[in-house]
Amino acid sequence: MTVQPMVKFDGVTKRYGALTVLDSLDLEIMPGEKVAVIGPSGSGKTTVLRMLMTLEKINDGVIWVDGEPLTHMHKDGRLVLADAAHLRRMRGKIGMVFQHFNLFPHMSALKNCMEAPVTVLKLSKEEARARAVELLEMVGLADKLDHYPAQLSGGQQQRVAIARALAMRPKVMLFDEVTSALDPELVGEVLNVIRRLGSELDLTMLMVTHQMGFAREFADRVCFFYGGKIAEQGPPEQIFGQAQNERTRQFLSACLEAI
Amino acid sequence: MLWDWSYAFEILPILAQASLVTIQATLLGFVLALVLGLVFALLRMAKSPWIALPVATLVEFIRSTPLLIQIFFLYFVFPEFGVSLDAFTAGVIALGLHYGTYCAEVYRAGLDNVPRGQWEASTALNLSPFHTFRDIIIPQAIPPVVPALGNYFVALFKETPLLSAIAVLELMQQAKILGSTTFRYIEPITLVGLFFLLFSLVASALIRMVERRLNRIGAR
Repeated sequence: MTVQPMVKFDGVTKRYGALTVLDSLDLEIMPGEKVAVIGPSGSGKTTVLRMLMTLEKINDGVIWVDGEPLTHMHKDGRLVLADAAHLRRMRGKIGMVFQHFNLFPHMSALKNCMEAPVTVLKLSKEEARARAVELLEMVGLADKLDHYPAQLSGGQQQRVAIARALAMRPKVMLFDEVTSALDPELVGEVLNVIRRLGSELDLTMLMVTHQMGFAREFADRVCFFYGGKIAEQGPPEQIFGQAQNERTRQFLSACLEAI
Repeated sequence: MLWDWSYAFEILPILAQASLVTIQATLLGFVLALVLGLVFALLRMAKSPWIALPVATLVEFIRSTPLLIQIFFLYFVFPEFGVSLDAFTAGVIALGLHYGTYCAEVYRAGLDNVPRGQWEASTALNLSPFHTFRDIIIPQAIPPVVPALGNYFVALFKETPLLSAIAVLELMQQAKILGSTTFRYIEPITLVGLFFLLFSLVASALIRMVERRLNRIGAR
């Protein structure tokens, strides 16, 4: 039996007015695979995550998750645009962590992690609490359960956000520049948590990142986006060591200069 | 002497009785305004123009016509269509409806101020629209607009004398009745004014207290 991809972009196009952000994107991600998406700003890399999280509608093509269409659904033997109920069912497979954390400011760290499990998964308060505590311990915040986001550092907030997303038990985790809004000294603690997830949980991960060192060490595959297309992709050694594409080399050398 | 103390003391209990009606109308009218305002504000956010547009038109219409006319309409015109309301009910509904449209604008400002990231996080966590509003958006939208809502509370209170136009026995109506029977207006009208002043000051102090409480919660 062949393993089917966990995520599959099939000719996906996204336009904002006259601007084509993603141009007929094809991309397959296998279960458990860790894919890093790099590229200059405006290359469409964040849009890939936002479409997968159903925060953006797509203009053309189909996105598949776990063998089922995400953006569409089967009806009378044909694929039609997904309705709200289908989207809600499919979204449960995906979790997302944002650049600016987007924690709920009026809830403690614990409540942030309990809200969706209680209201969406219908867990009892006790179950949800136990799950939230476990996850907050995993991200190293066992002593901050009752702290509000405003009382936490950026790195701590982002770790709560990771725990919050994991509490929904997604199969796919999306990380959208999760360290870009952090002070440099706080980046490490968040990356450490992601490393830990990678080794301890059976998650498919897709991350947009500017941390080239992390992408190189952590990802199974690196995709370089340029102008709404994947200009080049491959294992990190190949992309960072012997990129074939001129654009990739230019981008990487510019990144190196910045360090 | 212009001011008759004994007469003032004589009518004080009668006016105090009527002030209860004023307070009742204010509280009921404002609760109605708060609820209707939120409903209007949420409906105006609806994606379907078939909902958003008629609601926006209704809100504009009510906001742009005088409260007194709306009171008359509910009390004198609605019976023609088979809806007979007693004066107090008609008055409370008119107050609630009118101030509901003002509150709707206030809520809308509050809702617009919730960052987009909060909506996106709610979607990413797969929260239903209901839970998104109830647990995430509304708790963040309302505290900042409490002072503005409080202003409308005091404003609504000060408009309750309009209900005397349809003979609701509130403060103003009672004062007018007293004046027309004894031909002394200075005491009843002055006392009514003082009552409104006192109640407004108390209400303002209460609103500031609520505000401080909310700020404390928000600052956590």
